[in-house]
This record gives sequence, C-alpha cells and structure tokens, in this order.
Amino acid sequence: MPEGIYCNKRPITTEEELKALLSDTRGTKYYEEMLSLEVDREKLWATIQKTCKSRTKTWLDVCARCGLCADSCFLYLVNDCKPEQVPSYKIQSTLGEIVRRKGDVDNAFMRHAMEVAWSQCTCCNRCAMYCPHGIDMGVMMGYTRGLLYSQGFVPWELKIGAGMHRVYRAQMDVTTEDWVETCEWMAEEQQDDWPGLEIPVDKEDADIMYTCNAREPKHYPEDLAEAAILFHIAGENWTVPSEGWEQTSLSMFAGDWEACKLQVENVYAAIDRLKPKRVIGTECGHAHRATVIEGPFWAGRPDGQPPAPYIHYVQWVAEALREGKLKIDPAKRIKQPVTYQDSCNYIRNWGLAETAREILSYLVEPGYLIEMTPNKEHNYCCGGGGGFNGIGKFRPQRNKALLTKRDQILATGAKLVIAPCHNCWDAIRDLEEEYHIHIDWSFLKPLLLKMVIVPEHLKPKDEEEGDEE
Amino acid sequence: MYAFLTGPMLWLSFAICILGCAWRAYMYVKGLSWQLDRVAYGHNTDLAVKGALKSIFHWLIPFASCSWRAKPVFATAFFLLHIGLVIVPIFLYAHVMIVAERFGVSWPTMPDGLADILTILAILAGLFILLRRFGLSEVRIITTRQDLGIMAISLAPLVTGFVAAHQSGDGNGWLLAHIITGEIWLIAVPFTKLSHAVLFFCSRAQIGIDFGTKRGGQRGSGIVW
Repeated sequence: MPEGIYCNKRPITTEEELKALLSDTRGTKYYEEMLSLEVDREKLWATIQKTCKSRTKTWLDVCARCGLCADSCFLYLVNDCKPEQVPSYKIQSTLGEIVRRKGDVDNAFMRHAMEVAWSQCTCCNRCAMYCPHGIDMGVMMGYTRGLLYSQGFVPWELKIGAGMHRVYRAQMDVTTEDWVETCEWMAEEQQDDWPGLEIPVDKEDADIMYTCNAREPKHYPEDLAEAAILFHIAGENWTVPSEGWEQTSLSMFAGDWEACKLQVENVYAAIDRLKPKRVIGTECGHAHRATVIEGPFWAGRPDGQPPAPYIHYVQWVAEALREGKLKIDPAKRIKQPVTYQDSCNYIRNWGLAETAREILSYLVEPGYLIEMTPNKEHNYCCGGGGGFNGIGKFRPQRNKALLTKRDQILATGAKLVIAPCHNCWDAIRDLEEEYHIHIDWSFLKPLLLKMVIVPEHLKPKDEEEGDEE
Repeated sequence: MYAFLTGPMLWLSFAICILGCAWRAYMYVKGLSWQLDRVAYGHNTDLAVKGALKSIFHWLIPFASCSWRAKPVFATAFFLLHIGLVIVPIFLYAHVMIVAERFGVSWPTMPDGLADILTILAILAGLFILLRRFGLSEVRIITTRQDLGIMAISLAPLVTGFVAAHQSGDGNGWLLAHIITGEIWLIAVPFTKLSHAVLFFCSRAQIGIDFGTKRGGQRGSGIVW
C-alpha cells in the first residue's frame, strides 16, 4: 500500500480530514496503516540534496565520535546510560544513515527513525553546549522530523496538531469567534472585582499586543483573565488581535515547516495590521521559540526579527516589577522552599536566565529559593518537551523521562515549582500525578496576583465603601 | 627516493593540505544559508564576531568550557594529543632547521627534551583515546573504522618521528617512514575527518554566531560554553 487513508504523506488541509483523523481513536488505524506506508525514496533524497547543506552535512561528517554528548543528554542518563541513547548515535543512526544511503531506506527504518526522533530527543539543544565541534543534535533532530513528516512517518497526535494549525491557525480548534467570545466572557466575568477591566480586541497602535497559547482560551481561560488583570493593574495600553492571537506551533514539533510558516505569518499579519509598539507572548516556551526565535526565518525575514519587538512574558514581568508598574506586597512574598524550572526554549534558546532570577528576587523571600542542579542554560528539559508530552504512543518513554525533573525537584526540597512554560507546567503536573512527590507548581500570573499591591483607584467602589463602614 | 619525498612530494603534500583545507572552509561558508540554518548571518555583526570568538576560545583553551571541565581525563588526553600533533611539529628544532636552510626563515624552537616528552605524552594520549573507544560503551557504539584509521594515520608520524630522532647510527629507514607517514597525514587532512583542523573553527564559529545573535546573545547572556 503506497499510502493509507489515515496515514499518508499528505498534510491535513481541511476540517473534514482533520475530523476523520481525530475519529481514529488513539491513531489505532493510523499506526496500522503506517506498517505498510511506502517510502518515496526519490523524493526523500531530492529533499535531502536540496536542504541538507553545509552546516548539517559538516555536523554529520566531522562528528569525532568522542561521546562527550552522552552525559549532556538527560534521556541518556535517565535511561540507565543505554548506549543507544547517546545523542551522536541517535542522529547518526537515523539522519546519518538516511544521508549515507542516499534516501534508500525502508518502512521499518523510517518507523524506527520516527521513534528515535520523537521519543528519544526533545530537541532541547543541551548537547550543543557540550560538543567540542558545536554540533547541535537537537537542531538536526528537528530537521530529521521534517524529513519523516514529509514521508508520513509522524506520530498521530502531531499530524493532527500540524493539521490544526493549517485549518484553524491554532493548535486546537479555537476559531476566531470562539476566541473573541472568550475574551468578552472573561472581561465580563471580572467586571465586579475589577471595574473598568477590558480585554480590548483589535485596538490599533496599542503599546502592547498580547498573544497566547490556544490551550488558554480552550481549557483554562482564567489565564487570559489573569493576564488582563495584571495589564490592568500595570496600567498598560494593550490589545489582543482577533486573528493571529495564537503563537504556539505544534507544526514545529511535527516538522511541518509549511504549516509553521502559515502559522507565524498569521501572527505577523496581526502585528502589521494593528501596529503595536511591541508584542508580548504568554508563559510558553515553545510558543516563544516558534513565533519569535525561529518564526522570522520561516516567514522569510533575513534579519531574524519579528515585525515588532516581541518579548516573552517573563521579560514583561521583570520590567513591570523593575519599573514599579507592579508592586509586590512584602508580607505576601513566598516563604516556603521554592524552585524555578528553566525552560529550554526561552532560557537556553533566548537567554532569559537572569531575567527570571530578577523576578524571583521580588517574589521570593531571601533564602527560600533553592536552585535546581544544573540550572539556567544548563538545566535539563522538563521531560516532556518537543512534543513528547502529547504523544500517546510514547507515553511510557515520556513518563520515564519525567524522572530527571522529579529527582532535580526532590533534591531541592522545594514544595513549589515556578514554571512559566506550558510544556514544563504540564510535565511537572504529570510527574506529580505519576510519582506523587507532593509538590505544587505554578505559572507566574497566579502568583503575581496573590502578591501584587492593588492601587486604591482600581479597587471596586462598593467594596471600598463597605470597608470604610 | 629521499630527495623525491623531501622535495616534490613534500611540496605536493603541503599544497594538497593547505589548498584542500582552504577549499573545505570556502565550501563550508558558501553552503551556509540563513533560511535553512535559521541564523541571520550578516546581521548583528558585532555580536556575531563576539559569539564566534567566544565559542572557539572556550574550546581551544584547556578546561575553558564546561564540557572540558566535566571530563578532565579525556580533556587532558585530547589536549596532549593535539599539542603533540600540532604544536610540537611546528616548534621542533629539526623541522625549523629544515625550513631555515631552505627558505632562510626561522622561528623559536622548543628544547628537544620537551619535544620528546610531549611526543611520548601525545602517543600515550592517542592510545588512551583508542582504548577509551573500546572501553566505554557510549563511545564504542559510535566508533567507526574511519575513527580507528584516523588515529593510526595521526599516531604514525609521531611514533616514527620519535624513533628516527633517537636512533643511533643509520636512522634512514625510520626517517623515511616518518616523512612518508607525515605526508600521508597531510594529504589525509582535507579528505577525512581530519578536516576538523579547519572545520572545527567553521563549526564552532557558526554555533557561536547562532547562540551569540539569536539564542540569547542579544540579551547579553551568550551561552557560557
């Protein structure tokens, strides 16, 4: 069978196709069909010739096979130092082999490569810091995922995820109407406690355009409300776009580069349309990477910059605290052992380690912050990055991968983990559910709301009068 | 034979090595693509240069990178091998004398005793690295025949050179072997993994630019390697 009904080389482009694939519970038929999916060897080799250039070729060729990357990889360490988990081996036995064989690989090879690419590497890029030749296996695994995706060898959930971006320009089926309604609903809900609070949609020339992760409007809209309240307290002139509000990219995890481009262009179009002074993204690492770090290149912007300055949420929080737009009540600072989860995507890949510590200096009473080992740029992946969290087929491997973070957290003795990244937050939630280590975990927004001093003029009038009486 | 090996063949070997390396470097830079690599080459030049130099420096200086410090034994062997292969031949008295006789240019040399010690240490380091390949499962699994061949090509001039320098009487055989293995080494550089002699700098500079301009450099926190 060259291609299956569910498992094939065609990307999802319509809602019907998406629903059909979703109806195949857990991808049962999809993976069955994958067993006999044909590899288009000519196309594979043609793609490699066109895209595997200088940098990647050199990385594959000059790898000195010294093995220094082994210990840099948390998946190698957590899997009892299995040699098959050495980053160099993982990339040489997949991408390296495809290139050496000039694309002449079979179905079994591709399925094996898929397992390696999505269950043995989270594209955390830590190995790049430990290789004498500066070889970034995470980048190469991303490239490998692209090759595998183009041949239809991609985990079911990520094929759906990329399809969601193609159909809805969001990782979930949140339409423009759903989104705008959620904004209105959340603003309305807050009116009693926060008179005058708005979630302005499509306001031109605002100081800030805010973008988020589709999971927020879909599953926890209170996150959007919290963002609105904090902007309200800080006195920001802000807006959200009705189109182009979603900044995540499951297509990046899937290796669907065309969908990545479509997704990011949608956000950039909103920037061009509304002309905000700058854009602030939510507490999500991969969203930031997709829209701000890699996105400009997908969108064909040679300077590597989005159309307006675009910052991660921790950058805004640090700035708001520094400039006094948000003031923390000293009595409410965190006085329990707390630790911080450095996300690969905006710490290692965007350089915000110190910015995050600046925030902590406001939120945590001195002496209560206990750093993980290692931390900052050297921190390990949460265990669920790069799409790992969402792939049912690889759940056992993912659960094993969570042990690294569990042990790092346990070693700090902290009871609370601050994790301003959706992916890390999910991984920590899952590890608590899986291993019961009795910890709490939190985004920044709810913590800030608990601690921030609310200016008198923003408090509801009735309550104020009530208090005086 | 001797005249040929130290004459045209030596010239040819050096020419192949230098031109070959220049070609590899040229092709590397030419093949870079801002869109495929997702790195804005040609923008933020100051940060790019800083990132590239920082990236090279931290790996060229012993124990200057986190990775070197994490693996002190391997790092020591690595640097001893490279000192024996690169530094010693350049500053060896016998080599400098040959250049001085032929071209009338010379530079400071290192004492023969030091050269001997460094050569022996380099050979031992090479053997250690070879043994490590077989001893550690994480290195064994990625080792290929090419890696073993490269080590043989690299150690041969050191061993033969050392013996030739210490042979009393007619050392011609060992000297010839030293010249031949040295020339094989020179010719192999551009065509094998030994091309890292130049590609190391290219690759390190590239990732340095990546981290220095895109992944944190602009926020003043270029990665500490």
